[in-house]
Amino acid sequence: MNNTDYDLVIIGGGPAGLTAAIYAARARLKVVILEKSAPGGQILVTDWIENYPGFPEGLTGSDLVEKMTAQARRFGAEIETNQVLALDVAESVKRLTLNDRVVTTKAVIIATGASPRKLGVAGEESFYGKGISTCATCDAPFFRNSVVAAVGGGDTAVQESIFLTRFAKKVYLIHRRDQLRATRILQERVRENDKIEIIWDSVVTSVNGSESGVESISVKNVKTGDQRDLAVEGCFIWVGILPNTSFLKDTVTLDKGGFVVVNSRMETSVPGVYAAGDVRNTPLRQVATAVGDSAIAAFEAAAYIEAMENH
Amino acid sequence: MSENILDVSDKSFDEDVIKSTLPVLVDFWAPWCGPCKAIGPVIDAMSKDYAGKVKFVKCNVDENQLTPATYGIRAIPTLLFFKDGKKLEQIVGMVDKSKIEEILKKNI
Repeated sequence: MNNTDYDLVIIGGGPAGLTAAIYAARARLKVVILEKSAPGGQILVTDWIENYPGFPEGLTGSDLVEKMTAQARRFGAEIETNQVLALDVAESVKRLTLNDRVVTTKAVIIATGASPRKLGVAGEESFYGKGISTCATCDAPFFRNSVVAAVGGGDTAVQESIFLTRFAKKVYLIHRRDQLRATRILQERVRENDKIEIIWDSVVTSVNGSESGVESISVKNVKTGDQRDLAVEGCFIWVGILPNTSFLKDTVTLDKGGFVVVNSRMETSVPGVYAAGDVRNTPLRQVATAVGDSAIAAFEAAAYIEAMENH
Repeated sequence: MSENILDVSDKSFDEDVIKSTLPVLVDFWAPWCGPCKAIGPVIDAMSKDYAGKVKFVKCNVDENQLTPATYGIRAIPTLLFFKDGKKLEQIVGMVDKSKIEEILKKNI
C-alpha cells in the first residue's frame, strides 16, 4: 500500500484546506493541496476579518491566507494549481483525474468551499464586471462618490455594505425580509451609518443599463407588490453561497443543498474521504469553524492511513 | 513579480499593448485587491509557459485610471486579451487557471 503518489490529497486551498495541510504535514504524511486558482478561497474577498481569534485588531483576508499558506509550506505541504475533474474513491487506492494527469492517494479531504449564490435575474450575468460585483474590497474604489446597491441581509452583506460607504456616497441595502440576519454588532454599525438606507421586504427583479455599465436596478416590495427603479451605478450581491460539489457527482453523499454530509469525525459516506469547512453540512460557516473541521479531518485521515498500512 | 511580466501605464498602453506584434494578456489589478494578489503567481507561472507566444502585462488601476475607464472596467481582477490591437476576450474575477489557458489556446 505504499505505491500511491500521495498519502493525502486535499482538494481546495482555502482556510480549511490550508489547515488540513498543516496538520497532515506535521503528521509526516505526503500531502498536496490541489487548488484550481490560488490559495485563499472566499476570505480573499473579505475586507476585514475580526472574529478570528489571535488577531485582536483584525486583519485582511489576504493577509490571513498568506500566513496560513506560509505555515503549511513550512512543514512541507505541497500546493499545486490544478483541478480535480473526477474521482474514483470506491477502492482503498483512490484515483483523482486532474487537468493533466491521474494521481493516486490513500485518503482525500474535500475542502472546496462554496461560491457566491447568484440572484438569477435579468442583467446580472451581462453586467458582471460592469457594475455587478461580489467583492467590495476589489471593486468599491471604482464607485467613488457613486450611488450603489447591496443585496442581502447576512453578515457578509452587512459588513461589506459598511465597507462600501468608504467610497460610495450612498448604499441601498436591499433585503427581502423585515429584519437583518447579520450578527448584532454589525446591525448596530449599519444603523449608525447614515450613508446606508435599508430597503426592507424587497427583492431585485432586474439589473438595467447600457454598454457603459449598470444604470439602475428594478426592485419589488414582496409585501405590497410595489415596483420601482433605483438609479445606481453598481450592485453588489451577497445572497448566500452554493457548495462547490458538482465535481463530486455520485461519489459521496450530499444533503439537499448539495453540501457534503459528514459525521463528527468529518467522515463522508466513503471510507478514507473526509470533508471540512464551508463545503460540508454545518450550522456555521466561518474561518474559525473551517479550521476546526480540518484539524479533525486531517487527524482522522492520518489515523485511517496508519491503520491501513498496518493492516 | 516575474521578469516576463511588463508593467504598463496609461502612457505606454498604446505602445506595449495595442501596437504589440505578439498577442497580449493584460492583468488589471490593484494593491488593495486580495484576489488580484492571490492570482498573481498563477499568471506569473503562465507567463513562463507562454513565453514568446503571448506577452503578459500588468496594469495597476490605482495608478492608471484612464485605461480601465476606456475599457469599461469596474471590477478587478479583470484580464483582457488583445490580438492585433483588438480586444478579443475579457475575463472578470478570480477564475480557474484552466479558463485562462482555454482563452490563450483558442487565440494563439
